[in-house]
Amino acid sequence: MRRTTYTVIGVLVLCVMLFPVYWMVNASLQPSGNTLTAGFLPLNPTFSGYKRALDEQGGNLVTSMIIAAGTVVLSLAIATPCAYALSQFRSRWVSIGLLAILISQMIPGIVIANALYTAYERLGLLNSIPGLIVANCSSGIPFAILILRSFMLSLPPSLVEAARVDGAGLFRAFVAIVLPISKNSLITAGLFSFLFSWSDFLFALTLTTKGGVRPVTLGIYQYLGTQVQNWNAVMATAVLSAVPAIVLLVAAQKYIAAGAIGGAVK
Amino acid sequence: MATLTRTTRTSTAGRARVRGRRHRGEDLTKVLFVLPAVVAMVALFGYPVVKNLLMSLQDYGLRTFFTGEAPWVGLKNYSAVVTDKLFSDAMLNTALFTIGSIAFQFVIGLGLALFFRQRFPLGGLLRSLLLLPWLLPLIVSSATWRSILEQDSGILNRTLTGIGVIDDPVPWLNSPSVALIAVIGVNIWIGIPFNVTLLYSGLAEIPDELYEAGQLDGATGWRAFWYITWPNLRAVASVLLMLGVVYTIKVLDIILGLTGGGPANATQTLATQSYEKSFVDFRFGQGAALSNILIAISFVFAIFYLRGTRRAVDE
Repeated sequence: MRRTTYTVIGVLVLCVMLFPVYWMVNASLQPSGNTLTAGFLPLNPTFSGYKRALDEQGGNLVTSMIIAAGTVVLSLAIATPCAYALSQFRSRWVSIGLLAILISQMIPGIVIANALYTAYERLGLLNSIPGLIVANCSSGIPFAILILRSFMLSLPPSLVEAARVDGAGLFRAFVAIVLPISKNSLITAGLFSFLFSWSDFLFALTLTTKGGVRPVTLGIYQYLGTQVQNWNAVMATAVLSAVPAIVLLVAAQKYIAAGAIGGAVK
Repeated sequence: MATLTRTTRTSTAGRARVRGRRHRGEDLTKVLFVLPAVVAMVALFGYPVVKNLLMSLQDYGLRTFFTGEAPWVGLKNYSAVVTDKLFSDAMLNTALFTIGSIAFQFVIGLGLALFFRQRFPLGGLLRSLLLLPWLLPLIVSSATWRSILEQDSGILNRTLTGIGVIDDPVPWLNSPSVALIAVIGVNIWIGIPFNVTLLYSGLAEIPDELYEAGQLDGATGWRAFWYITWPNLRAVASVLLMLGVVYTIKVLDIILGLTGGGPANATQTLATQSYEKSFVDFRFGQGAALSNILIAISFVFAIFYLRGTRRAVDE
């Protein structure tokens, strides 16, 4: 009896907490224009908001997808060997490296944007997809190192030593043994790198100056500036931009808590 | 006999040489494991910090991009931003935003973590669904909340006037006196799931035996919380609060998405000011000065935290 009461309270708490998410979906299905008419339920759902969102923001969604995928590949390629080194090699540099990562978390994104803007201006990387991928790696790499290292700490050294006895070099042993075993933590780190990059707004805002390369977060921001009469299109874009988060929650639920904790504490 | 000894000796030396070479090759491989990450960290964090320090001492403006010249001006950028009449407002807003967000996120997060610690049907599922607001892109949350908080057509005002809590719609984002509260409220909503997750994992690590032993000594309810839960949760809580300060103090997306720093600068913080100086006014020197002040404040908190955790470990 008491446990059922807890479940009821839990559902109520969740309804309150997730109401904005529900409202986003609801508003995206309402007829365009005046939201005064928007009821609590989309009784006459229309997909005109989605049509408009795809027409106007479809290209931006693709841009975001390419940038996020690129960030995942580059972040993991750089972070994985480093995480392995920080977990298995014994050296006083390990704690220095970890301290550097901790400190890097305190650097505001605006500092990075400030410096990259002036550097990109000279290198011709403003308004470019590679430029945004590199900038987004500033959140992907440290996070991936922390997550992967906390997993790799649990790898027994004997595993790699066995391969070494058979004549494999350090690098071969890493590729053939460590990477396959670390699959789950690689997935976690990759998913979060994707999400960070997909959600990025600051670099999109500062490192693009004309319309050529425009991630969808920037598309939403520009909607907010100009189009708030068409809330259904804005909310439809918001829903489409929320899809990665929802997919992540459903498909990779068990990795998420590990990711949140691994990135924060260890 | 002599020949034999010599061959043996050579082969030992040869083996040692091979091993030496392998060791050296191995050291090189080890360096190659970390080199890309070191280069990336230097380029993405080291360079920006140094560049910002230099820029904050230069007259780095729009002209610099044409002429390539950024004359040194000493501390003039700092005195310019500090004496700006907006600076004290931005400082106060940053403090209110950070403290308000963290206090409520933490207290509500702790309450929910304790609640989910009770075992009940669907508990795990509900707890993981709770994470959704934290996973959404911040600009998506901003857009959604803007539609909810709209003065005339937003669902919040329609509901509140509908049930008679208020007579007139509240201008949540349009009035200087309530905008900051609204923005803090949205940021609290975003941060709760993360707090619940970390605090829940901290609670899960407290062994049940402690509570059983406590029960024998009469420690139940509040006393159990005060004497068992809280002391064991302190390490996680201090990490969480430090991260909270460091992340919240530099938040930009939420404020830009909800109010753009307005109305009448009521939600302007150090971070949004720094953004405006650099990317709206193109006074990169002043923007850099403001963000360096932001870094300095973060560092003060980090030092407190590091000292605190070292003490906790020593105990």
